[in-house]
Amino acid sequence: MSLFDRDRGLNVEENLLFEKGTNGACGVDLPEPQNSKLRTGFPAREKVGLPEVSEPQVMRHFVRLSKLNYAIDTGLYPLGSCTMKHNPRLNEKVARHPGFAQIHPLQPEGTIQGALEVIYTVQQWLSKLSGLPHVTLNPAAGAHGEFAGIMVIHKAHEARGKVRKTVLIPDSAHGTNPATAAACGYETKTIPSTKEGTVDVDAFKNMLNDDVAALMLTNPNTCGLFEPRAKEIADVLHKAGAYFYCDGANFNALVGRVRPVDFGVDVMHFNLHKTFSTPHGGGGPGCGPIAVTEELAPYLPVPKIVKHGDHYHLVTEDKNSIGRLKGFNGQFGMAVRALAYMMSHGADGLRQVAEDAVLNANYILSQLREQYHVPFPGSCMHECLLTDKLQKDKGVTTGDIAKTLIEYGIHPMTVYFPLVVQGAMLIEPTETETKASLDHFIAVMKMIAEKTTAGESEELHNNPVSTPRKRLDEVRAARNPILKWASQG
Amino acid sequence: MRYLPLTPKDRADMVAAIGVKSMDELYASVPQAARLTKLIDLPLHQGEIEVERALSQMAAKNHPASGRPFFLGAGCYNHHIPATVDHLIQRSEFLTSYTPYQPEISQGTLVAIFEFQTIIANLTGMDIANASMYDGATATAEAALMAKRVTGRANIHIHGALHPQYREVIETYIRNFHDVKVLDSAPDANASCVIVQTPDFYGEPQKLEALRKQCTETGALLVVVVNEILSLGLLPPPVEADIVVGEAQSIGVPMSFGGPHLGFFACRKEYLRQMPGRLCGETVDKDGRRSFVLTLSTREQHIRREKATSNICTNQGLFALAFTIHMSLLGEIGFKKLARLNHEKACMLADRLAQVKKITLPNKAFFNEFVVELPVSASDVVKKLAAHGIIAGYALEGGKLLVAATEMTSKEDIEVLAVALEEVCQHAMRKEVA
Repeated sequence: MSLFDRDRGLNVEENLLFEKGTNGACGVDLPEPQNSKLRTGFPAREKVGLPEVSEPQVMRHFVRLSKLNYAIDTGLYPLGSCTMKHNPRLNEKVARHPGFAQIHPLQPEGTIQGALEVIYTVQQWLSKLSGLPHVTLNPAAGAHGEFAGIMVIHKAHEARGKVRKTVLIPDSAHGTNPATAAACGYETKTIPSTKEGTVDVDAFKNMLNDDVAALMLTNPNTCGLFEPRAKEIADVLHKAGAYFYCDGANFNALVGRVRPVDFGVDVMHFNLHKTFSTPHGGGGPGCGPIAVTEELAPYLPVPKIVKHGDHYHLVTEDKNSIGRLKGFNGQFGMAVRALAYMMSHGADGLRQVAEDAVLNANYILSQLREQYHVPFPGSCMHECLLTDKLQKDKGVTTGDIAKTLIEYGIHPMTVYFPLVVQGAMLIEPTETETKASLDHFIAVMKMIAEKTTAGESEELHNNPVSTPRKRLDEVRAARNPILKWASQG
Repeated sequence: MRYLPLTPKDRADMVAAIGVKSMDELYASVPQAARLTKLIDLPLHQGEIEVERALSQMAAKNHPASGRPFFLGAGCYNHHIPATVDHLIQRSEFLTSYTPYQPEISQGTLVAIFEFQTIIANLTGMDIANASMYDGATATAEAALMAKRVTGRANIHIHGALHPQYREVIETYIRNFHDVKVLDSAPDANASCVIVQTPDFYGEPQKLEALRKQCTETGALLVVVVNEILSLGLLPPPVEADIVVGEAQSIGVPMSFGGPHLGFFACRKEYLRQMPGRLCGETVDKDGRRSFVLTLSTREQHIRREKATSNICTNQGLFALAFTIHMSLLGEIGFKKLARLNHEKACMLADRLAQVKKITLPNKAFFNEFVVELPVSASDVVKKLAAHGIIAGYALEGGKLLVAATEMTSKEDIEVLAVALEEVCQHAMRKEVA
């Protein structure tokens, strides 16, 4: 490609920073070292292999890169089970208060009372919202929360004298569930779903025995449906001496409206980066607190926070605990952001969050029923599931639909998940979208269905074409992995 | 509610369009008994002014590092973050996007991850690095689990002073695998790995040749932990290692009471398919243009489920970006200079403290952190000095105090600490005499 074919208007190509040369520039001004004798026991390192650029070059590089990204702030991002809602900037502002951002986790207790108060307060909010009495904010993300929860369950069985070996997981579950159970030393067994998209309760009952430690159930599940027999499932589990782990990835449908304790949950995790709006950041950081029953509380990870009068204490040793999950005190900065979010909404606002999220998803579902195959009857919770069954005969797949949404300026839904439905499209609009934004999405989806019916599938296979990149050769990336930049010389 | 765009009219119209009688009907699958009819007993919504005020009041109860003599390290360091870093990570397109599942509209994040992987690989002297882990402690635990997969052996051997919290996290991660033991002895035929931290928990840089030899002889992997990543600007890269993991909080990430921080994971390329976490690779698009994409996901939980190399999904994306931006600003020249400056500040601190009677400095060598041996209980001293606005360091057992200096440490700060410790020591001596 010639130099003059590369850039057009606001679409400007950007090379890697490593390709900007090593011309002796530097983007920070530091005092000159005195080069006194080293006391490290080693000679000074000679070469690291970093670029040499000034501050304006760095600024331009990353601003240009940023322009290649789609984001919530630029449009609807209906990624199912990811809850891509608006991220309030007040949260960012308060998290940057020096009293939060510039404190060290090992400072004396008297100098960090406000930080402990934040953690304690968030724990209380999550406890009230779930109905479960004890909460820890230690887990770093949802999968880490799952890990903490299943370890807690393991410890409880240990304390009761018999370690069980199996965890039951529905086939519609997130991949993290079986991965977590395996990481905790369990065998996993898969419960089939019914044709209604919920757990096959009879199959579940047949699989249950005194070797089952827990059930990991996402509720609402990944088909966007509330498990209507969740309470019955919980009762049967408890009778068999097993525990009910609830994956709270989809808590946005329930927050302030339904408490998991009321359908029998023993342990659940929250994703603060989903339900409570802490930014997804291109892939984290997340924060995955867990809430547990009174019975399971002794086994929660350290550190634990206790309040005596007006004073907060950080308990770092506890012989009953599963131990330490992570260095220091969880993803504290995310707790600050989530607290700002919770206080901004309050009990009334959070309930409205759940209702609007459910309303928005059902609105989309109701408007696309004719154009797309809806695998399960009835209404949905905060996300709706469609498939490409009606389009596939004409050669148009879920992948084509997703890539065509991109061409028309919308981030796709979650595709090909859950695995229990062929060609799944899981759409989660969240409560922070306007009706106009939903109507636009619906219109584009209808247009794609119409083009398919009209046999104009060629365009759909080629999309996207107006993006910074067209479809990528993913097979090549995996076959010949190039995972870092190397100079061509 | 400022964050909720639907108006009462929108809601009514949408309920009608859906064809239900009421909002409650959409919750029909939830048993009546579990549907709350009343609000949960929590405060009601508040405006931006009220929320900011309440949280600022909580923040004001903490004593931040800024504006006071500060010598605490122990795996989390008080470094300067250039203004550019925080500005750029708050660009909407970085802050409010997710894991780049759709590469056509995520090249910004993907290029940044590719640059991150390159920087980590170059810093550590390893072939490859992943897109980040939660923190240094969990990265170390994941390295131990990976060594178990690679070698098919059980035991984890720890050499020297590993950060005690890192050890605790390893113990949590393996507690249900009863065949795995954490040992302090030299590796044998049942060793999956030897884990060594450098500089170690007491700040002492470690020589790795002998450990490399032990590992080669026994077939164990050498896992090197670096939790002050800035040390790699002055110390040699740990090329003897099979896996290098650790904490990169020092570059671009605020201390933030211990999280979110930034774990990193790098290794030799022969272990690629056993690595945990996300990887970004280079490829081309339909037009043959260089492009980047998440790759080798057949290791990961969303494909392999219970057979995945780790359950990790969301990592520390935004702070991997912050690190990459800060490293770009520093570059080859600035990074080495900053490392040297940290070492010189630590030398200055050591020289001044060495003048205090009754104080000894046991470290043979150090980068920016070392142990100070006091004639009195270090935890008492830490508490006492905190009351005077000095964060003196991390109290180890007995009279041992771990102190760190960074580019943020001024000559005046050092003087304040030295004078305070002089008083403490003199007081102790007077007591001895009495």
